[in-house]
Amino acid sequence: MGLLSRKATCNTHGQDSSYFLGWQEYEKNPYNEVNNPNGIIQMGLAENQLCLDLLEPWLMKNPDALGLKRDGISIFKELALFQDYNGFPAFKRALVDFMGEIRGNKVSFDPNHVVLTAGATSANETLMFCLADQGDAFLLPTPYYPGFDRDLRWRTGVEIVPIHCTSSNGFKVTLPAIEQAYRQAQKRKLRVKGVLITNPSNPLGTTMARDELDLLINFIEDKQIHLISDEIYSGTVFTSPSFVSVMEVLKDRDLDQTQVWERVHIVYSLSKDLGLPGFRVGAIYSNDPVVVSAATKMSSFGLVSSQTQYLLSAMLLDKKFTKEYMSENHKRLQKQQKDLVAGLEKAGIRCLDSNAGLFCWVDMRHLLKSNTFEAEMELWQKIVYHVKINISPGSSCHCIEPGWFRVCFANMSESTLKLAIQRLKSFVSSIGMKSQNHQELKSLRRKSRNNWVFRLSLQSFYDREQDATTKVSFSYRPHFMSLSNIAATLDAAA
Amino acid sequence: MGLLSRKVTCNSHGQDSSYFLGWQEYEKNPYDEVKNPKGIIQMGLAENQLCFDLLESWLAKNPDAVSFKREEQSIFKELALFQDYHGLPAFKKALVDFMAEIRGNKVSFDTDHLVLTAGATSANETLMFCLAEKGDAILLPTPYYPGFDRDLKWRTGAEIVPIQCSSSNGFQITESALEAAYQEAQRKNLRVKGVLVTNPSNPLGTTMSRNELDLLVNFVTDKEIHLISDEIYSGTVFSSPAFVSIMEVLKDRKLENTQVWERVHVVYSLSKDLGLPGFRVGAIYSNDPIVVASATKMSSFGLVSSQTQYLLSAMLSDKKFTKEYISKNHKRLQKRQNKLVSGLEKAGISCLESNAGLFCWVDMRHLLSSNTFEAEMELWKRIVYDVKLNISPGSSCHCTEPGWFRVCFANMSEDTLKLAMQRLKSFVSSITIDNQTHQDLKNMRKKNRTKWVFRLSFQSFHDREQGER
Repeated sequence: MGLLSRKATCNTHGQDSSYFLGWQEYEKNPYNEVNNPNGIIQMGLAENQLCLDLLEPWLMKNPDALGLKRDGISIFKELALFQDYNGFPAFKRALVDFMGEIRGNKVSFDPNHVVLTAGATSANETLMFCLADQGDAFLLPTPYYPGFDRDLRWRTGVEIVPIHCTSSNGFKVTLPAIEQAYRQAQKRKLRVKGVLITNPSNPLGTTMARDELDLLINFIEDKQIHLISDEIYSGTVFTSPSFVSVMEVLKDRDLDQTQVWERVHIVYSLSKDLGLPGFRVGAIYSNDPVVVSAATKMSSFGLVSSQTQYLLSAMLLDKKFTKEYMSENHKRLQKQQKDLVAGLEKAGIRCLDSNAGLFCWVDMRHLLKSNTFEAEMELWQKIVYHVKINISPGSSCHCIEPGWFRVCFANMSESTLKLAIQRLKSFVSSIGMKSQNHQELKSLRRKSRNNWVFRLSLQSFYDREQDATTKVSFSYRPHFMSLSNIAATLDAAA
Repeated sequence: MGLLSRKVTCNSHGQDSSYFLGWQEYEKNPYDEVKNPKGIIQMGLAENQLCFDLLESWLAKNPDAVSFKREEQSIFKELALFQDYHGLPAFKKALVDFMAEIRGNKVSFDTDHLVLTAGATSANETLMFCLAEKGDAILLPTPYYPGFDRDLKWRTGAEIVPIQCSSSNGFQITESALEAAYQEAQRKNLRVKGVLVTNPSNPLGTTMSRNELDLLVNFVTDKEIHLISDEIYSGTVFSSPAFVSIMEVLKDRKLENTQVWERVHVVYSLSKDLGLPGFRVGAIYSNDPIVVASATKMSSFGLVSSQTQYLLSAMLSDKKFTKEYISKNHKRLQKRQNKLVSGLEKAGISCLESNAGLFCWVDMRHLLSSNTFEAEMELWKRIVYDVKLNISPGSSCHCTEPGWFRVCFANMSEDTLKLAMQRLKSFVSSITIDNQTHQDLKNMRKKNRTKWVFRLSFQSFHDREQGER
């Protein structure tokens, strides 16, 4: 008899070591400007480190918030005892105001519809527990955040069926793609409970167009299913088009107070916008009182520390500060993204045009040896081992086209970004030369086989090729996502 | 097609409104010494409010711990970004040391075996997810913490089968009770995956004897199942017998590095010992590396805020402070418990003898109108509505004998406790007079039905009875 649950033991099966490679390699040899300038630069981590210097002065000017005081008087006892799963009222108030502000105040949120959770990770899983059972499925557009494989499926028993998106239209969601996914779920005898989108998208870095949102609303209305919009990156929209939340679309279409209104749920978190993943602050927003009620009870399994709720209620209630912060956050994100895009361009690499997020969706298809995921893995390993940059391969995000990579830009300084770009540029040039050399060699060989000059050339080119080729061979199955590598990829891609 | 999950829709089924009554009534009419002296006194909440002054003075002396500083340097960025599910190393170190200290350093804990979770609520559910699934059952001795019904079963699909304990032996676990529970589970076609005990016990307030622990170890060894020991109240043991952790028993019996060693898991939290339920700090301790690995990944769904980990790593690393705190905590708990016990005694109510916890397990069987749970509910409602005390009825803890109640003592001031005892005493007196009066009346009626003197007596007794309700 298995002594542990299947959930605990399935975790270790089929561990695909290639996904761990990048992370492990980085851990063994992390770049440091001073101590380890030849180390691996971490570009696989979607963290916002650009504005932490704005938060620190606020903290210094507001010692009460940190010191667990209100108007100079200690409220330690009140906070120490506060474990009400309805959440700290002042914090919920501040949070919904902040969410409204991010959406240009085109929509407003009711604190009674908010459920606080320990991060978006907890929020997404909790929503699954509320909306779906084992044998149910949610449709997700690809490429998507690798963590969803664990967060939505692991303990819930719910399945994910992908809505395949392609570069032919900038990876936008289309009606045929959604319909196809729905049919696929039915073929697999899975009952579709809803669609989950991330808007702005991880890993694309794009905001959804209004017509995509309309499409989704029409679809869920027709099928009478749910729509979850994970808007964790909503505060990182740094350029046009501006962010349009699904709530805004519902409002504009006068759909509040209709059935579909209660089937649309939002997930939010302060991990990306404010760069505070360590504080574990997430939220579910729902117009369905039954969902709010159930999710509230479930939040017992992952409440936000009252100490943290208090600190952030003070910070987010400072409207002058939040306004300034959001504006500066956008500016810095935009600049850093531009630097990355321009740098990649110089290396002959293009990105998907993006206006949000902490990363770019980078097109390296032209650097692949063949249009296969094996070639994508090979390229990835070269980039990790030789270029010494850790980036996330598109296959880990379930992208159906090989050659796309997510490259993060907001978790490093300008100079580190510059260095990463230089390395990439050198790498691409060397590949370019090799490609050209191989072409010339082929021609030469065809021309004359006995010329000793050619043999000398061959030799030196082969030598250079050996240095650049990874020595690790492995077998890769792109569609098998085991839980342990999900965990590793999650760590790498979070 | 049901649009929401079964977990959500079943949640509203079988909701026993009587359990909510006490809480709701309290919320509507909460006692306040100044503003609402006739309100309901909350004695249904197992919180430790006796030592906040000690924590506050530590905070005042150690401002760096709350202001994200380490030796005057800001570590805000480091903490803001720290979401590693392995936990803040300094905090895990401080926590295992604290756990050992609570156990008189008779056992030590390894930080690599520790998984941090957002409270014991999260720890218990996570352990269930790791050890059991739908179709499996966990055996729990009754009476037990009502929250387990939700924490262990709701989202996991696991079942709880009770190990019935009774007052005949102070509610201790017996081998026959264990076997009976095991067989009951099999009769229900459930696969028993383990036993979960709370030690010290909620709601009994007693520490498990070595005998009981040995019994449990033998049982789980024989059946090859798990043992979870929720030791959330381990720091509240205020008088002898001293706390014996399951880990100590395993060590003394030289069972480390045997199979059973990897099947024993401990749950802990700072919510009761330090009185910090708002900070959401819990932990799973396991000697099974697979459980540790799996639980660690699952802890992603309920990590402890890095801000809080840092504050508490500083506090718990201050060994001088923790030593003082543990000692004072025990003294104050003991004093308060003594007050409750003697107050109840004066009202003619006895408690199960206890040496730990934040509550007493109170015997009100003699106040029941009949030996039934209906009578228990009736008594409970009177205590909530008329005596204006919110206490927890034994049936909510799955106790098999009607008439037991859990009464908390550590979440109020001495004066409030005194007042609660007075109210209870008055109430009991009135019941006694009622009972006595009814008895006398019955006798008198039997003796002489027509004498007018007796009618007069009736009248005055009736009047007095009306006045005291």
